Amino acid sequence: MGKSADTTEEWHALTDALAVGAAVLFAVVGLTWAFAGIDDGIRFHGAVLAAAAVIGAIYILMNMGQTHDRSVYFDGPIKFATIASLFWGVAGFLIGDVLAWHLAVPALNFDLPWISFGRLRPLHTSAVIFAFGGNVLLATSFFVVQRTCHARLAGRWSPWFVVWGYNAFIVIAGTGYLLGITQGKEYAEPEWYADLFLTIVWVTYLLIFLGTLARRKEPHIYVANWFYLAFILTVAMLHLVNNAALPVSFLGSQSYILYAGVQDAMTQWWYGHNAVGFFLTAGFLGIMYYFVPKRVERPVYSYRLSIVHFWTLIFLYIWAGPHHLHYTALPDWAQTLGMTFSIMLWMPSWGGMINGLMTLSGAWDRLRTDAVVRLLVVSVAFYGMSTFEGPMMSIKAVNSLSHYTDWTIGHVHSGALGWVAMVSFGAIYCLVPWLWKRPGLYSMRLVEWHFWVATIGILLYITAMWVSGITQGLMWRAYDRLGFLQYSFIETVEAMKPYYVIRAIGGLLFLAGSLIMVWNIWRTIRGDAPVDIRDQPRIAAAPELRAAAE
Amino acid sequence: MSYDTVATWSQVTSLLMFIAMSAGVLIYAMWPQNKARFEEAQRRALDLDSREAGSTDHE
Repeated sequence: MGKSADTTEEWHALTDALAVGAAVLFAVVGLTWAFAGIDDGIRFHGAVLAAAAVIGAIYILMNMGQTHDRSVYFDGPIKFATIASLFWGVAGFLIGDVLAWHLAVPALNFDLPWISFGRLRPLHTSAVIFAFGGNVLLATSFFVVQRTCHARLAGRWSPWFVVWGYNAFIVIAGTGYLLGITQGKEYAEPEWYADLFLTIVWVTYLLIFLGTLARRKEPHIYVANWFYLAFILTVAMLHLVNNAALPVSFLGSQSYILYAGVQDAMTQWWYGHNAVGFFLTAGFLGIMYYFVPKRVERPVYSYRLSIVHFWTLIFLYIWAGPHHLHYTALPDWAQTLGMTFSIMLWMPSWGGMINGLMTLSGAWDRLRTDAVVRLLVVSVAFYGMSTFEGPMMSIKAVNSLSHYTDWTIGHVHSGALGWVAMVSFGAIYCLVPWLWKRPGLYSMRLVEWHFWVATIGILLYITAMWVSGITQGLMWRAYDRLGFLQYSFIETVEAMKPYYVIRAIGGLLFLAGSLIMVWNIWRTIRGDAPVDIRDQPRIAAAPELRAAAE
Repeated sequence: MSYDTVATWSQVTSLLMFIAMSAGVLIYAMWPQNKARFEEAQRRALDLDSREAGSTDHE
């Protein structure tokens, strides 16, 4: 550091002032909507934004003038995002299971509009993908980029703004769905003002990530960071293009999307499938490439393969979206293109899976002795399974059976529960003792319980959906001797009932597993002495405690 | 220029571009001298040898 102490202090004072200024600006915008808004939705959301900005400003004012040492990692925002991910995870799994019971027993919505399926469904998908998954990605990316670059996170207040702003966005989006505010695009339901706010948060996130890479002390950028960077950059692009809209009024919540008809559908599924490819895959592969080798204390099986994995995955994924629009008004060549690229994705997906699994070679015993490793490894196995199933379902002939059936829902959940959530749980179990400087987790036995309860839940879920989806697909296309449809739609709905009950029980088990995790993490953060420290590997402890023990 | 000409040109050009890019990636990844560099880089990034001094004094 060439800067003198005076310059550093002046720099800190300037950034403090800018941060307060930004918070005031957000508060002014929020208050304008709160008081001058033309509908209830934007008035309420203006108040939420203003409240978040005021809390942010108070926090900055109370912590202003603090100096920080550039040689110390910046972990506060990571801790915040980790706890937020646990909260949203439980909330999202709970809403999901409530919906599963709604489908089995429709009377459970009590005819209340706020908890009708149409409003709760986006709340569930957004809570699990963007709130739970998003916070896990924020936490792990900020952690991994610092550790693998051996550099402190760039920015003084901006990492706090990213985690706080992102969660404020989640609250605005989620409450909007319950109030009936939506732009009607799947996985992109938030209205224009929420989208704009998220854009500011996301660009800040990108700049922090790039800034940290720029000040790295390692000549090579570790592969996990490439996956994180692809995720951040591509999500920014997808978000901006798909949400291009014209607000009816800058003081109202409603807007109109710029695209129409099949162009709108294509843009939507270009976005939708790449939300899967870059948010739920590339980002979480970043987690795999750091936490699997780190936890088993071995290098990645083939670093060369990881590079090929990265470039092929990002080149191919971006084209796969049209497979969501088979047998629609989309031109046939575009459908075939989507199918072809989806099938080509088999190669990088399986290459990556093999790379993750083989990292354990020579340390397979860890699978038996360390339940955290088991969560990570089983997640990679589920990744392999769902990335086999996905390309298969993108084949037009298969899709003619599977499309619009529960098979799709089963496929999504084998990826979302089996891969995304399980790898997240593994990462959180690693992160918490490392961040809070604990000798290990409160209880490894509870991790075992979480693993088994969640795994059984997932298996019940996906097997029920396979049977239900294929039954549904076959019933829809069954004709009688005279060429009439053999079943009425309601008969197919009736046939689903037992599978819906099984699925809801599976979801309940998955939710129970997450509650076990929250209890375990709470006891760990509180500082309770681990009950089974001798069953935990050396790597479970925080780095400074590991060094002290030797 | 007709639509067909533009379409053919863009399709052929992008095909060649993709082939060139994937060849570039493969050459970079498989270049013999890079193998040792990658191994060294990932051991450093993951702190596999240093027994990690700890998060507070990594300098």
